[in-house]
Amino acid sequence: MSNEKSVMERIAEANKPVTAGVDEKDIKHWVTIRIMGKAYRVPSDLTILTAMEFAGYRFVRGVGCRQGFCGACGTVYRKEGEYKLKTGLACQTRVEDGMYLVQIPFSPAQKAIYDIKKERYNVSTILKYYPEVAKCVSCNTCTKACPQDIEVMDYVQAALRGNYEKVAETSFDCIRCGLCAMRCPAEIVQYDIGQLGRRMYGRYGMDKPDHLKIRLKELEEKKFDPELDKLEKATKEELVKFYAAREREKD
Amino acid sequence: MAEKYIDGYPEYMHKLIQKVHQTRAKRKDFVPKALTPEGREDVLQFHPDYAKGGKRNLMVGLNKGDIVPDEIANLLEAYPLIEKGDIDLSKADYSPEILIIGGGLAGTSAAIWANEMGVKAENILLTNKLRHGDANSIMAEGGTQAADREPDSPAKHFIDTIGGGHFTNKPDVVRALVTDAPIIMDWLCELGAMLDREENGEFTEKWGGGTSVRRMHSCKDYTGLEELRVLKDEFTNRLIPSIEHFPVIELLTDGNKVTGAVLWNLETGEYKIVKSKAVIMATGGFGRLHIRGFPTTNHYGATYDGVVLAYRAGAKLIDADTVQYHPTGAAYPVQIIGFLLTEKLRATGAQPVNKDGEAFVFPLEPRDVEASAIIKECYVRENGVITPTGLRGVWLDTPLIDLKNGEGFIDKSFPGIKRMYERFGIDIRKNPVLIFPTLHYQNGGIEIDPWSHTSLEGLYAAGEVAGGIHGKNRLMGNSTLGTMVFGRRAGIDAAKFVQTQKSWGKLTLDHLDVYVQMLKAANIKPERRAPIILPEYRGKAALARMIDVF
Repeated sequence: MSNEKSVMERIAEANKPVTAGVDEKDIKHWVTIRIMGKAYRVPSDLTILTAMEFAGYRFVRGVGCRQGFCGACGTVYRKEGEYKLKTGLACQTRVEDGMYLVQIPFSPAQKAIYDIKKERYNVSTILKYYPEVAKCVSCNTCTKACPQDIEVMDYVQAALRGNYEKVAETSFDCIRCGLCAMRCPAEIVQYDIGQLGRRMYGRYGMDKPDHLKIRLKELEEKKFDPELDKLEKATKEELVKFYAAREREKD
Repeated sequence: MAEKYIDGYPEYMHKLIQKVHQTRAKRKDFVPKALTPEGREDVLQFHPDYAKGGKRNLMVGLNKGDIVPDEIANLLEAYPLIEKGDIDLSKADYSPEILIIGGGLAGTSAAIWANEMGVKAENILLTNKLRHGDANSIMAEGGTQAADREPDSPAKHFIDTIGGGHFTNKPDVVRALVTDAPIIMDWLCELGAMLDREENGEFTEKWGGGTSVRRMHSCKDYTGLEELRVLKDEFTNRLIPSIEHFPVIELLTDGNKVTGAVLWNLETGEYKIVKSKAVIMATGGFGRLHIRGFPTTNHYGATYDGVVLAYRAGAKLIDADTVQYHPTGAAYPVQIIGFLLTEKLRATGAQPVNKDGEAFVFPLEPRDVEASAIIKECYVRENGVITPTGLRGVWLDTPLIDLKNGEGFIDKSFPGIKRMYERFGIDIRKNPVLIFPTLHYQNGGIEIDPWSHTSLEGLYAAGEVAGGIHGKNRLMGNSTLGTMVFGRRAGIDAAKFVQTQKSWGKLTLDHLDVYVQMLKAANIKPERRAPIILPEYRGKAALARMIDVF
C-alpha cells in the first residue's frame, strides 16, 4: 500500500490532544474553574483531571486509571452561586464554568482483619467487625455522594439485617473512592462493609459450579496430560493444522 | 455550546445514526463471515505493527538487533536516572526475603501464594508506584478464560491461544496457562469473588474473539475490579507489608544475580534500599508510551519501567516487537477517547458498522485482525464517521445486544460502560457508540518459563510485564488469567527458592556500568533517561513558563 505510512501519521495527528495534551490555539470554548480557590482558565471540553493537568498540575496523588475504575480521583466541588456540595470522579466529570473544587485522594479508614474461610455466614460477622453500622441514621448522604450512583444507604441497612445477597448485589459497582465515608455523619466506612459483604456472599452465598469440581478432579487425575504432551511437542505445521480444524461450539 | 446536540451527539452524527437504526433488523441475523487465513493476512497490513515506519533495530543489550517500536527503543536505549555514586548501598532500609514490584493482579497473587507456601508475611514486601491496586488489572472489563466445562478442554484453550498468537507463543508456558486456569477459578470462588452465574448455578461463559468455545468468565463488566479488590482484601487480611507511591528506579545485583532494588518516594524524593533474596517483577505494561500516537486504555502508571530495569540488569526479552491495539476504544466524546469498550459487547451481539449502516467485519476476529479491519474501513475504504475533533471511527451497534438477548441485558451485564456514556448524555441501549482501535496491551516483555523465572537468577516476572505467554497477539480473557497463573507460580517458586538462599547477596549497581558502556559504544548520547515513571500531560503553555526557584 502506498499510503499506509500516511494512515499512521493521520491517526497520530488526530489523537494528539489526547496523547500529548491539547494545544491552546485549537480551543474555541473556555471556562474558568477554581482549583482549591485559585482561578484557572481551561478548555471547556476537558474533565476535571485533564483540566488540572492543562493548568500545570502534575499528579502523583488523586489519579490512577483515569477511566473511572480505580476510585483514586474523588473530587468535591461547588458551583458559584449554589449552596449544594457535589461529588464526582475527576476523570469522569466535565469541567463547568464557576466550579470550585478540591480533590480527596485518600480517606483514612481501618479495614477489619478477618479470615474469610472461618467466618460465619450471618449478621454477627458484620456486627463483630463493623459495629458502627448500627449507628446509621438513614440520612442517605452516602447515596447522594456516590459517583457510581449506588444506593449506598440501602446496602448499609441490608448489612444491618445480615442480608449478604443484597449487600453484595447493591454494592457491586463500588470503586472504593471513599466519598461516602467522608460524608457519613455516623462515621461508617461503607465501602469496607460492602467488601466484606461481597466476599461473604461470593464464598457462602454462591455455590461452586459442579462442572468446575469435575474439571478439577480431571486435572488431578492428569486426564488431559497425553493430549497436552502432544500439543506441547507439536511442530508449527501441526499446530496450524489443528488450529484450522477447530470446531466452533454452537451458539 | 453553540452546536445542537441530540441524545448526546451533535446533529450531523445523530443523523448518521439513523442509518444504523435502519439496517439493524436486517443485520440481526446476518453476521459477516470470519476471514480466511489469506483474508487475515491481507487486512493485517493495516495493523500498526505491520504498517511501515515507527520501528527500529535495538542497538544494545541481549536483544540487540531485534526490531521494536521506536518508543520502546527510546527507553531501552536511555541512560539510568541515577549514577553509582549517588546512592549509598551500605545499609538496606528493608530486608524482605521476597520483594514484589507492582500491586496489580500478578503481584498481589504472588504475595498471597508466597505467604500460603510458608513465607512469613513480614518477610514479603510489596511496593507500588501509586496505590496498591492501581493497575491495568482493575480496568479489565470483559473476562477471564478458563476451560472448566464440557465440551471445552485445556487442549482447546491451548490451540485457540497459540493460534491467536500466530504460533509464536512458548508452548510450555501456554500449557501452564491453560492447565492452571480452572485452579484459578476455584481459588477465586474460595476467596469469595462474585463470578457471574447462570440460573442453573453454572458459570456464565461467553465468547471471546478467536476462541472456538465459550469460556470467558466475567463479573458483569467489572471483572478485573472484582478480582483485584478481592485479592487485595485477602492480601491485607494476611498483614503482608505494602508500601505505596514508591516506584522502583533501579534493580540491584551482585554483578549477575538480582539482589534488591532502589525505591524512590514519589512525593518526597527520598530513596530507599531494599535487599531481597528474590524479586518478582509485576509492573504491568506500556500503554502510556502512546506507541505510534495511539490513545490508550491503560492506567496512568503503564510506562514500561519493569522491562527497562530488568533489561538493564541483563534479562532477556521476547516478542518486544508487537503491540495489542484493542479494536473497540471510544472515539467519541472527546473526554473518553481511547477508553476501553470490552470485547464482551461484541461477544453478546454488538457489531461494528460503517457510516452507511453496513456490517463490514466478523465481530469476533482475533484482536489484531479486527483492529486492522476497522482501520482499513476508516482510512482506506473511507467509510468512517468523522468526529468534531477530527477523529475517525465506526459505530459499534450496542442496541443490538438487547435486541438479541432481551431488554434489560445491557443493564445487567454492562453497568460500567452504560454509566460511562450516561455521564456524557449517551444511552448505549438506544444508540450506537463510535469506536476506533486503542493501544491496549504489551504482548511481549521479559521472557519467562512456566514457573515465571526470567533469564536472570533471582528475578521472576509475572503479568503484562512478562513475555512468551501470548506470543505476538493475546486473546481476550488470557491477560487477567495470565496475571493470576504466573503471579501464583512466581509466588510458589520464589517461596521455595528463598529457602535455598542462606543470606542476602551483595548490593551493587555494577550492571549499570556495563550498560552505560554499551550505550556509549553504540554512540547513544545521554539525552534520554529512563524509567520515565509517569507520562507528561501538563499543558504546553503552563510548562513553557515553569521555572525552578524553590
